Amino acid sequence: MVSASLRGRGLESLPLDEVKGRSLWADARRRFLRNKAAVAGLVLLVLIAVFSFTGEWIAAWSNEEIDFNVIGSAATMGMPSFENGHYFGTDDLGRDQFARTAQGTRVSLMVGLVGTFIAVVVGTIYGAVAGYVGGRTDQIMMRIVDILFAIPFMFVLILLLVMFGRSMVMIFIGIGLLSWLGMARIVRGQTISLKHKEYIEAARASGVPGWKIIFRHIVPNLLGIVAVYATLLVPDMIMTESFISFLGLGVQEPLTSLGALISEGSKAITQGAMWQLWFPFGFFVVTLYAFYFVGDGLRDALDPKDR
Amino acid sequence: MTPLLDVRDLSVTFAIRGEGDMPWTEPRQLRAVNGVSFTLNPGETLGIVGESGCGKSTLARALIRMVPAEGRVLWQGKTDLLSLAPRAMLPYRREIQMVFQDPLASLNPRMTVGQIIAEPLRTHHPDLSRAEVKARVQGMMERVGLLPNQINRYPHEFSGGQCQRIGIARALIVEPKLLICDEPVSALDVSIQAQVINLLAELQRELGLAMVFIAHDLSVVRHISDRVMVLYLGRVMEEASSTELFSHAAHPYTKALLSAVPIPDPKAERAKRVIPLDGDLPSPFRPPSGCVFRTRCGLADADCADQVPLLQGNSKHGLACHKAWVADSV
Ligand code: SF4
Repeated sequence: MVSASLRGRGLESLPLDEVKGRSLWADARRRFLRNKAAVAGLVLLVLIAVFSFTGEWIAAWSNEEIDFNVIGSAATMGMPSFENGHYFGTDDLGRDQFARTAQGTRVSLMVGLVGTFIAVVVGTIYGAVAGYVGGRTDQIMMRIVDILFAIPFMFVLILLLVMFGRSMVMIFIGIGLLSWLGMARIVRGQTISLKHKEYIEAARASGVPGWKIIFRHIVPNLLGIVAVYATLLVPDMIMTESFISFLGLGVQEPLTSLGALISEGSKAITQGAMWQLWFPFGFFVVTLYAFYFVGDGLRDALDPKDR
Repeated sequence: MTPLLDVRDLSVTFAIRGEGDMPWTEPRQLRAVNGVSFTLNPGETLGIVGESGCGKSTLARALIRMVPAEGRVLWQGKTDLLSLAPRAMLPYRREIQMVFQDPLASLNPRMTVGQIIAEPLRTHHPDLSRAEVKARVQGMMERVGLLPNQINRYPHEFSGGQCQRIGIARALIVEPKLLICDEPVSALDVSIQAQVINLLAELQRELGLAMVFIAHDLSVVRHISDRVMVLYLGRVMEEASSTELFSHAAHPYTKALLSAVPIPDPKAERAKRVIPLDGDLPSPFRPPSGCVFRTRCGLADADCADQVPLLQGNSKHGLACHKAWVADSV
């Protein structure tokens, strides 16, 4: 190569522009964009998110308005139609399902994203510190995680909701408290394997302080795995929330979530109002699949050695 | 002249815990380096040679406190590096820099070449402006034979030899007095090895660097070292000036290593006798009694199993063997 044979000296005279590097992130992005299923998943997610935030504008009815023409005979009058503006039909109380689904999707997405955000921030830092510092600190930090893991999560969450009342904040706290545990474990394991890489040793040898090593050398090299795990964690969180809502312990009316809507819808099947189940259920399933496809695509893109 | 580095009786012991050991089981002791002493003058190069697992890399890491060590490492005749608090060690981390074995693995894949080379500079001179840092990095890149316009590229876009040049640039950017090279060329192609060694020799001359140069192969250290130390299972077997060692090697282990080095002259190559090194390196957990080399030595007898041979001889040539002596003619 040029630089090898010219051996430095005298190269100043060459008027060369700085070459732009091709980072590992750019490589990963290219691989991700070549993966059709993942890109489709991403597009779907964007559409769902847009729908969840703008759906209530588009809707002819707000989510709290009651259509008195329909109330009492939802099964016969409340079916989806463009004429009366209930694109997804109404529920038993005559409320517009279109607006309700948009609202429920938004709440579910928020729960998933907030829970995951907490997991990413707390779990990454906790795991990286435990793994990097090692020794007794690591032992104690990871035993704490083990103990928290051993607590039946659902039970605690239900207790919290019963004791402190059902609210969004309580759900965020409950999910946030426990979602980071798995992340912390994964990150710690990765950190331990990274810690023995020569570039970490090089940084230590030249006197870079520990916290800078964690943030400059370890965390950027962990982000791939964190991103994959996080995209798979979002549907997990959504499912947890839906399950709680299904039990009737989730968010409180007039707020709703996909789980709560599915729960109501499933009661309505007997009256033949299938749309009350199918629309929220459809959104639920599509959202989860989209997240899984994106997660899969990310894993393939970020860790090409695995294929 | 005060030596730059005066190492006395350096030992490194690791406590190894086995998989599944109970917390109260005594960890096994592994002596990776055992009573090594040497001095290194400014601008001088010490070659350290031995098979893999002989403790040479551990020795290098002990000098800069990357592994816990006992003994004394006197820097410029004044400071014992081993007794310093971690924080007080910081200025010496600038003066002693290291080049690593695996060129690619020693560079963070997420950082650009410019960021990698600048890191020690930013650690030890945080007050430098961005422009100044960049100018110095580009100057150093040129100096080690890299095109300065490649500053924004990532390590995986370079060849092994170029990566090692990046590693060298990173080490030299803070103008150290001592450079520790831990098998800097073992991972490279033979044709590239010579280039990197020549580069190191050239930079050493220009900058007046002292070097500790580690290799598992005598031929690699031959041209770059002023003195050579041969290690086996953490102990010094023989130590001499480079010319002396290559002409009058006395220790059976050194002779065996030397006989494996190819000679460029075909006649001499055919005439030479290769001394075989039978068997494997003994487990460092249970080193042989007496002379550690006795399990593979052709001259070993009962004495060798009994007593540890001490390093003796003169300042030019030291030797640890019961059956061999330094030639008087020196
Ligand atoms: S002391 Fe004995 S065993 Fe050791 S090298 Fe000399 S002759 Fe061989």
